[in-house]
Amino acid sequence: MHIDKDLVAASATPLVLAILADGESYGYAILKRVRALSAGELVWTDGMIYPLLHRLRRLGYVTTEWRTPPEGRRRKYYTITNDGRAALADQQRQWVAVSRALNDVWPGSGGVLTALGEA
Amino acid sequence: MDSMESQIAEWRAYVANAPGVNGHDVDELEDHLRHQIAELNAAGLTADEGFLIAVKRLGDLDGLSREFAREHSGRLWKQLLSGDEGEPAHLSSGWFETLVFAVTAAVAVQAARLAADAPDEEPNWLVRNASLFVLPFLAAYFARRRQLDTRRWVLTAAPFALAALVVNLYPWGADSATEVLVALHLPVVLWFAVAYPYMGGMVRSHERRMDFVRFTGEWFIYYVLIALGGGVLMGLTAAILDPTGVDVDRIAEWVLPSGAVGAVIVAAWLVESKQRVVENMAPVLTMLFTPLFAVMLAGAAVVYAVTGVGGAFDRELLGTFDALLLVVLGLVLYGMSARDPSTSPEWMDAIQLVAVVSALVLDVMVLGAMIARIGDLGFTPNRTAALGLNLVLLVNLAGAAWLSARFLTRRSRLHRLERWQTTYLPVFAVWAATVVVILPPLFAFS
Repeated sequence: MHIDKDLVAASATPLVLAILADGESYGYAILKRVRALSAGELVWTDGMIYPLLHRLRRLGYVTTEWRTPPEGRRRKYYTITNDGRAALADQQRQWVAVSRALNDVWPGSGGVLTALGEA
Repeated sequence: MDSMESQIAEWRAYVANAPGVNGHDVDELEDHLRHQIAELNAAGLTADEGFLIAVKRLGDLDGLSREFAREHSGRLWKQLLSGDEGEPAHLSSGWFETLVFAVTAAVAVQAARLAADAPDEEPNWLVRNASLFVLPFLAAYFARRRQLDTRRWVLTAAPFALAALVVNLYPWGADSATEVLVALHLPVVLWFAVAYPYMGGMVRSHERRMDFVRFTGEWFIYYVLIALGGGVLMGLTAAILDPTGVDVDRIAEWVLPSGAVGAVIVAAWLVESKQRVVENMAPVLTMLFTPLFAVMLAGAAVVYAVTGVGGAFDRELLGTFDALLLVVLGLVLYGMSARDPSTSPEWMDAIQLVAVVSALVLDVMVLGAMIARIGDLGFTPNRTAALGLNLVLLVNLAGAAWLSARFLTRRSRLHRLERWQTTYLPVFAVWAATVVVILPPLFAFS
């Protein structure tokens, strides 16, 4: 299934914030998590996650730190801030409203709200 | 594995050249690339295959670079020219167009001067309209460069047409103070009108507004440089021609205005096409002058706080103070536009806060003196204009001080401070427009 470009772009911010809300992470791991969560249906060009992360940083939603893990190379880690959590909560409310509306006009398709876990 | 390393190094060099991407981004992307390659190798692909697929997955560089540039427009600004050492091509692009606009503006001013019988006569209408002979050309220059559509051309022209009507149809009294105020404020209003075509009509975009602040600062630097060079040229010309009996003053009276007007356009073109020279200079200049101004302002604030301000503030000093506060604001704004917004607080930010707080203290004292004066003597056009300007500055400085204090104590982001300033910019424009349009009828054009 091909998911529309605009929809992918719109869902990128809440997805990344939600993944970071589970704990700090870095670009490659976030991307892998997105792929796993969407069963491979939500695919971005890999590189695009970085401008997105940088925007979140500029908005103060995440902080960054360069660290060298014991076994590996220097890597940039992203951690969500309180502002980021607030933004995520706000995004969740918006997405729930949208999916509730969609659910109401598409009776029987089901699953949208359950997938979002009623926020 | 050596060939792998050299392939990655080549890829790095290629990516690093893309506009909008800086060294840290390349590090981050390389980490991503290596991760992906390792995973693909573990899945059974050869090193070469892994590399190819990983690069492909990162996306095409043009699109990626565009996204980075959109996020870091300030950075793009710096790199506008740094690609491929292709400077000559860039610098020559658009010079003819620039020349046409510069010469047209110079001709317009000279035509107006001829009509006014300058330099023997200097009628008020010429002084009042001075900026209207120059800045419309700058606006048109940007409208053309940005390839605006018809609707935006009309919107670009509208403020200039309105200003021309207001300035020339108001029935000015003899020795009118409001007329002088209009002559002072009109250039500011029209400069903001130039912002519209400069931003390509996207006046709501905070990033574009910051670009315009940056442009204003760099334009000013280029203009001063051109003026200095022009001064040297004029001085030498005068020294060489003087013995021949040529009336040098007479020549200067005609060359100087043409040069001053043409330089407005040429400076704009230089900022547009030749960022890099100033790019190295601008942060240095702000870094040099912000501490000096901070010391001077703090000193002045202490001195005036000790001696009291009562009688010291006559009209001229008030004007000087307003000029000083505006310069400080300009320095702060420009320093901010040249700064990487994602870094943490540095000592420069603390110094800037000292400058802003001192300016705030001075502004409060000036306002106090001014209000006392108005209480004694009532409102005049000059006092009203000065009071308004000081109030507008007070609110801006207070907001800036508050937000940069929060930024320094890490309770807020630089982003907020930038937003505050870019949100506030229209207030300056509205106030200047108020002085031009509303103040004169309010005081019966006296």
